[in-house]
Amino acid sequence: MKIGVLALQGAFREHRLMIESCGTEAVEIRKPAGLDQVQGLIIPGGESTTIGKLMRDFGLDQPILQRAEAGMPIFGTCAGLIMLAKTIRGSDQFSLGLMDIEVERNAFGRQVDSFEIDLAVPVLGYKPFRAVFIRAPWIEKAAPNVGILAQHDDKIVFARQGNFLASAFHPELTGDNRIHRYFLNMVKEAVN
Amino acid sequence: MIEKGSWTVKKGLAEMLKGGVIMDVTTPEQAKIAEEAGACAVMALERVPADIRAAGGVARMADPTVIKRIMDVVTIPVMAKARIGHFVEAQILESLGADYIDESEVLTPADDLYHINKHDFKVPFVCGAKNLGEALRRIGEGAAMIRTKGEPGTGNVVEAVRHMRAVMGEVRRLQNLPKEELMTAAKEMAAPYDLVLYVAEHGKLPVVNFAAGGIATPADAALMMQLGVDGVFVGSGIFKSKDPAARAKAIVAATTHYNDPKILAEISTDLGEAMPGIEISTLSPTERMQERGW
Repeated sequence: MKIGVLALQGAFREHRLMIESCGTEAVEIRKPAGLDQVQGLIIPGGESTTIGKLMRDFGLDQPILQRAEAGMPIFGTCAGLIMLAKTIRGSDQFSLGLMDIEVERNAFGRQVDSFEIDLAVPVLGYKPFRAVFIRAPWIEKAAPNVGILAQHDDKIVFARQGNFLASAFHPELTGDNRIHRYFLNMVKEAVN
Repeated sequence: MIEKGSWTVKKGLAEMLKGGVIMDVTTPEQAKIAEEAGACAVMALERVPADIRAAGGVARMADPTVIKRIMDVVTIPVMAKARIGHFVEAQILESLGADYIDESEVLTPADDLYHINKHDFKVPFVCGAKNLGEALRRIGEGAAMIRTKGEPGTGNVVEAVRHMRAVMGEVRRLQNLPKEELMTAAKEMAAPYDLVLYVAEHGKLPVVNFAAGGIATPADAALMMQLGVDGVFVGSGIFKSKDPAARAKAIVAATTHYNDPKILAEISTDLGEAMPGIEISTLSPTERMQERGW
C-alpha cells in the first residue's frame, strides 16, 4: 500500500513523514503519472488558491476526480479541505467539489487569531487531539450524508463523507498520528 | 485552553507557505496579480527594494493604508516589513493584523545594536541571515522563519546562493563535530548553544528557511530550491520585469517543479525581459543592504 501526498505547495513533507511514522510508504505527487501508483491521496495545507491553480495548470484535477469516483480515499487538511468542498463561500476559486459541504475560508480570522486547542474527537477515543488551526476554514454547512467527526465552538472542523476525510486543522504539525492511522484504515478498507 | 500565538502556531504558518512564492507588492492591483498568479503570500510595501535603492534616504514601514488596502483585496496571507530593531513599527503591524512581520534589512535599521525581541509578539516574524550563526541568533530572539538576505533589489542571485551555501555548509559541519566541540562552535559563530545542539542533531534549521534577495527568473527560483530552501521571496523581480503576470506565474510553477528541467524550459519561454540587474561589485559597502543587522 502506498499513499500519495500532493506536493504542489504547502506542508506536504510533514504529511509524508506522518504516513511513514505509521509504517506506510508515502510518495510526493507533482504530476498526473504519480497518481497511478498510490491507493490513497492526501491534499495538504498550504494556500488553496495556489494549490488549486497548480492542480489545473499541470492537469492533476481530472485524474484525481476519476480516481476519487472509483473509490480512492482522499484526506484534505485546511487548504485540502477547501479543495474537497463543493461550495466555497464568497469565492469562485477552483475546488474538486467532492464533499457536500460549504466552507468559509479563513473563518477563524487572520494569523494573530490562529490557535491550538485540545479537541474532542470521539472516533479517535477518549484522549483529546491537540488541534492546530492556522488561518483555518470551518465547514459552515454539511449535507445529511456527511458525518461530523469534531466541532469547535459549534463549528464543524472534522468530517467524513464516504471515502473522503477533511479537517480544518493540521494533524501533521503534531506528534500524534491517530488521524493519519484513521485515514490509513479507510484506505485499507477501500483496497480490500 | 485555547492557545494563540504559540510557537507551533507561529512556525505553523511558515510550514504552510513552503514550496511557494511570496511576492513584494505595492498596490492592491499588484496584490491581485500576485494572487492570481498563485503567490502563497504577498509582502505589502510602499516601494520594492530596487526603488528603495534608487530613492536613497531613510526607508520605513509602509503607511498602514497601503497594508490595509492590500489586506482588503486578497485572501492569501499579507506580510509587512518593520525596520531592524523598531519594535513599535512591529506593534503597529501586529495591531493591523499583518500575518507575518519581516524584520528587514531592506528598510533602514532603527537600532544599530539590537534586533526586536520577537518572543514579545503573537504575530510571527521572518528575518534574514547570511550564515548559520546569524540565523540562529534571530531564531533565539523568536524568529519563526528564516530567509537568506541575498542582495535585495539587484536581480542578481549570487548573494542569495552564497548565503544559502554558507548556512548549509555550516549545518553539515556541525553535524560532523563531536559533542565536546559544539560549545566552542557556538562561541565561534555567536549562536545560542541549545540551537547549535538542535542543528547538530537534526541536520537542519529548527524553522522554515526561504530564499530572498536577487531572485529574478524561474531558473533562479529553481536553483535556490535545489540548493535546499523551502520556498522563495521575490521582491523587485516580478513588478520590475516587462510582463509581471506571466513572470509571477512562471516563478510559482518553477518553485513547485524545481527538479524538472523539461517543465522549467517550458515555463521559462517567452517571458519578456527580466528586471535589469546590478553587478554586486559595483555596489559600495554602504550600498549593500545585507550588511545591515548582525
